[in-house]
Amino acid sequence: MLDKIQNSIPGISTKVALSRGIVALSGRIGHGGTTLPGRVVRVLDGDIAPRLGRKLDQGCVLVSATNGKTTTSAMIAAILKESGLVVARNREGANLAAGVATALLKNASLAGRPTADIGLFEVDEAVFPAIAGQLDPRAVLLMNLFRDQLDRYGELEHIADMWRDAVKKLDQRRTIAIVNADDPLVAEMSKLKRDAFLCFGIEDSTAGGLVMQHASDSKYCTVCGTPFKYEVLFMGHLGKYHCPNCGNRRPSPTIFAENVHLDGMRGSSFDLVTPDWRQAVAVALPGLYNVYNALGAAACCFGLKVAPDQIKNGLKSFGAAFGRVERLIIGEKKVCLLLVKNPAGFNEVVRTLLIEPGQKNLLLALNDKIADGRDISWIWDVDLEALAGEVLSATCSGTRAAEMAMRLKYAGLNAKTLKVRPDLKTALRVALAHTKDDETLYVLPTYTAMLALRQTIHKHFQTENEMADLVWK
Amino acid sequence: MELRIAHLYPELMNIYADRGNIITLVSRCRWRGVDVRVDNFGPGETPAWREYDFFYLGGGQDREQRLVARDLASKGAGLADAVERGAALLAICGGFQLLGQYYRTSAGETMEGVELFKAYTVAGRRRLIGNVVVESRMDGNIFELAGFENHSGKTYLTEEGQPLGRVVAGFGNNAEDKTEGIIYRSAIGTYLHGPLLPKNPELADFLLQRSLRRRYGAEAVLASLEDGLEREAHSVAIKRAGR
Repeated sequence: MLDKIQNSIPGISTKVALSRGIVALSGRIGHGGTTLPGRVVRVLDGDIAPRLGRKLDQGCVLVSATNGKTTTSAMIAAILKESGLVVARNREGANLAAGVATALLKNASLAGRPTADIGLFEVDEAVFPAIAGQLDPRAVLLMNLFRDQLDRYGELEHIADMWRDAVKKLDQRRTIAIVNADDPLVAEMSKLKRDAFLCFGIEDSTAGGLVMQHASDSKYCTVCGTPFKYEVLFMGHLGKYHCPNCGNRRPSPTIFAENVHLDGMRGSSFDLVTPDWRQAVAVALPGLYNVYNALGAAACCFGLKVAPDQIKNGLKSFGAAFGRVERLIIGEKKVCLLLVKNPAGFNEVVRTLLIEPGQKNLLLALNDKIADGRDISWIWDVDLEALAGEVLSATCSGTRAAEMAMRLKYAGLNAKTLKVRPDLKTALRVALAHTKDDETLYVLPTYTAMLALRQTIHKHFQTENEMADLVWK
Repeated sequence: MELRIAHLYPELMNIYADRGNIITLVSRCRWRGVDVRVDNFGPGETPAWREYDFFYLGGGQDREQRLVARDLASKGAGLADAVERGAALLAICGGFQLLGQYYRTSAGETMEGVELFKAYTVAGRRRLIGNVVVESRMDGNIFELAGFENHSGKTYLTEEGQPLGRVVAGFGNNAEDKTEGIIYRSAIGTYLHGPLLPKNPELADFLLQRSLRRRYGAEAVLASLEDGLEREAHSVAIKRAGR
């Protein structure tokens, strides 16, 4: 039996066995088990991940975006589980080729057969084209492009061009492309006139505004360069737009959100409308950005032909993705962890905080490591001026704590409310000391600061939550 | 007292949070009781050049920069005249390149600049990215400027061009001759963003002082400010550059 398989696919079982051994070992030696096995197997055989991926019964789904990859993928996973499928996923952050290969290996038998039904991979914006080319995905969900870590990527339009070329190469009937109509750069893909294509957007104009945030990126017509006219702006440059010069305009979404209701930190609800049905859905995550995530996840699952009830129940059952919006109790105090990693996302977190009544206690942790982006200038693009007068205490931490505090000073926050404590543990102690028992501490870390904070909380603080859920092993 | 700032192409040239520099100029005026007005000028809009004490031009992506280059051609003379008459100017990255003599792309195409700065730029093969420290001498004082750079264009000063400073860490104008930026009268062009002015308050005040003098003469003096956080952010930025 084993011989037969080895004959039909030369060497695959040996390589899978070896790689799976590395998965187990790297987990044990505390490497985190995220991408090492994938890196090893790519050295052994560059072809093995695509071969495993193509063997999945229900194929692969790829999710890419600047903001919301992890949360949206987690929502899709919840929906797919609700529909009874076993899902192979990559760990968040492990979203380069090696991370995808690792996930495929972990979900394969020693003989090289997949043990999951469907693959679901969040992929980095810049590597999406390469991975899409390798895996022959069944669906690709493309959510948004915002300015993020320019020191790594170069320019947004370049990524949009790469995405479009990648989608062009995918079989236009076999692979369904699901894109955000509200993001002009991403919506360009509607012009490819694919057979298998869906676009989604928010229709409820009362959910947005007319003032453009300072961080907004793609304000110019993708065809002729004239500034777009917006009927409404939902988040950053996402909204209902048209070009007054050449007539280029937002495509009408086939799947959309109506009656959007935001209920502060508690969550949001909306009516999900598809060509076939309409369904009221609720998510326990705050802010319009999570409405987009839920809408993207729902559109993707609609494309995969999941039933409306399963979509609704999957979204309802969904808690939060790692570090995105986590609520915990430390000692007696409520702590809410909200990842911030670029201006568009940070603006949404600020907007959501302001829905909550009363002045806030904040811990802002700004790191400038490679995964955060070494260039921290982006915090000056965030509309932090909105926080002036709304803050009881703001403890600033991380490798660039002082710059964060300085930004808040120039945003008009009272200098007396600002504390600089670069060390995360000290900062958390100080921030908790400023937070009264009936108040909430809002913790806003960048990516690596979020990872380090979770470790710190795990090691040094008493929490009521199950720490197994809190820290990745 | 009142200062007037003209922000050129804020919608097009703002890629590295250049707005942070404007926020800093405005705040540091208000904290001193100096009134300040910022007027924005996009393509097709021309400031009354002699009304302004300070001109600001940020950095942009390639496409935006091309739009601006076309529009700026008709404005070069007015801007140069304002600088000759003592107005301060700060141009970051793409803005710095556009105010030089020309920019030669990798395809060999030449975009004409407005020749306010004695410098020219040629497209380079790799991007020069990272934290930078520059030692600069201004009004007789030596200070270290800290910032972040991200550019592929390599800028060279002509013989008359005087650099803003000497690179202590990072790449600077071209990664070859250790020069960074340019200074001519009260006009500065530089690759440093980060943004530059918040964590280099001496430079912010140098430019404000020059602007104030233009309007009110030599006796106009800026009051000192409490800069504890600014200094801390500055020293961290210098350490992160490996200094």
